[in-house]
Amino acid sequence: MRGAALWQLGQSLSRRLSNSSNRPKPRFFSAAAAELKKTALHDFHVENGGKMVPFAGWSMPIQYKDSIMDSTVNCRENGGLFDVSHMCGLSLTGKDSATFLERLVVADVAGLRPGTGTLTVFTNERGGAIDDSVVTKVREDHIYLVVNAGCRDKDLAHIGEHLEAFKAKGGDVSWHIHDERSLLALQGPLAAPVLQLLTKDDLSKMYFGEFKTLDINGFKCFLTRTGYTGEDGFEISVPSENALDLAKAILEKSEGKVRLTGLGARDSLRLEAGLCLYGNDMEQHTTPVEAGLSWAIGKRRRAEGGFLGADVILKQLEEGPSIRRVGFFSSGPPPRSHSEILSSNGEKLGEITSGGFSPCLKKNIAMGYVKSGSHKPGTEVKIVIRGKSNDAVVTKMPFVATKYYKPS
Amino acid sequence: MALKLWASSTANALKLSNGRARATFSISRSFSSVLDGLKYSSSHEWIKDEGSVATIGITDHAQGHLGEVVFVELPESGSSVSKGSGFGAVESVKATSDVNSPISGEVVEVNKKLTETPGLINSSPYEEGWMIKVKPSNPTELDSLLGPAEYTKFCEEEDAHH
Repeated sequence: MRGAALWQLGQSLSRRLSNSSNRPKPRFFSAAAAELKKTALHDFHVENGGKMVPFAGWSMPIQYKDSIMDSTVNCRENGGLFDVSHMCGLSLTGKDSATFLERLVVADVAGLRPGTGTLTVFTNERGGAIDDSVVTKVREDHIYLVVNAGCRDKDLAHIGEHLEAFKAKGGDVSWHIHDERSLLALQGPLAAPVLQLLTKDDLSKMYFGEFKTLDINGFKCFLTRTGYTGEDGFEISVPSENALDLAKAILEKSEGKVRLTGLGARDSLRLEAGLCLYGNDMEQHTTPVEAGLSWAIGKRRRAEGGFLGADVILKQLEEGPSIRRVGFFSSGPPPRSHSEILSSNGEKLGEITSGGFSPCLKKNIAMGYVKSGSHKPGTEVKIVIRGKSNDAVVTKMPFVATKYYKPS
Repeated sequence: MALKLWASSTANALKLSNGRARATFSISRSFSSVLDGLKYSSSHEWIKDEGSVATIGITDHAQGHLGEVVFVELPESGSSVSKGSGFGAVESVKATSDVNSPISGEVVEVNKKLTETPGLINSSPYEEGWMIKVKPSNPTELDSLLGPAEYTKFCEEEDAHH
């Protein structure tokens, strides 16, 4: 999932169990419950047994009554419905929207066909990632973006600053932050059949990465065939006053098979799918090349540059990065972020950035950064957890095969 | 707030076939169990005093918070533990938790079954899911621990704060 470090959240729950005074208090406790923002579905989560936790300034369900393990598996076998309204949707409008955005992201926005989108990265002058985002070209003069909740303030300040400068030079672009809308992610094999029951538009003609404005359950929604679980599915931007009805309709139409699914399972799902969690697996100092997202840098962008940090990134593309994000299978305790990675002869190679027990594979999976040269699948390494070395092997990602709906 | 239902989720999942049923379950959440005859620590370990040795594990409340345990790290037999210090760790899908010893002493036995079947901590936290047996070096330390009623109240208050 894209958002602040989720597993730290789990850790904060567990630290409460050990309650030892020599450990730092997780910063999540600093925000009083009263200050947390609530989504339109907040009460619905609570009614359905959602265990609400502070997450990036929002009160969000980490899980419902089923365990994270069951919830993760159910999403892949049937389907999961996630409230991701904490994420920030925004629209850029005006004929220069694509030109403007290309200064800030690595994607070939101008080259996107209207009604399609892609994962992209906002970069800084040093080529580091400010955030990852899904960018969609609605029309030539309308771009729709979803950025991480945890990065909202930083992203909006960054975009806003560049927007003012761009407009001052006569650029035609304005923005709108969709705080009037809620965002639901419907993921898993039942996503399409269930959603089809709620719309007249033919979803079988809509492929991974595509975008449509359409009526769902009688409300005007922005629909993107995307997600962050590795499954086929959709993200549905719905007017907030209709969000509860839509969530209920989806659950009802699935006859209970699609279940409300919390941030805990969402983290397991994205990890199994080998997807980065911004704040863990990608940070200000990580470039998209190091993070294994070179594929997201458009061909034309590689030739032309023109985005922040392009000099650093294009050089890395040419020469290869010095560190790379890779996946691991490991024995022993599940690796967690900051576990040290050593070569088989004890040389420090890097650190784990996300890890855990895979509910679907029933074994430990992790991702982290290693020095180039030690990044090839099959490379045997050690992961140090609480002072003990555990066997691990560099593994191709995704760990669980993705099932995106693509034209055959 | 009750955490036990999270842990017995498989059973729930089987029963939960539609939204209406789920709502009913949310009302019927129950408190996790606390056994009489045991002592408890505020870091959620239990200890059973059997004279020359004491058995230690984590409470039902703790396992409920953690969710399905996937790995248990235990000390070696013969090593020493001290009151309030970590002797091992419990890993769940969600989180890692250090486990502290409620008393000081020497580890005389560890529950090797947990290596193969860490889920015993969820299914039987007070019986099959025990973690270590300790020969106490200072039996009076037991007196400072919480009784069942005190521990139940402690859990309720802690949950009310979060």
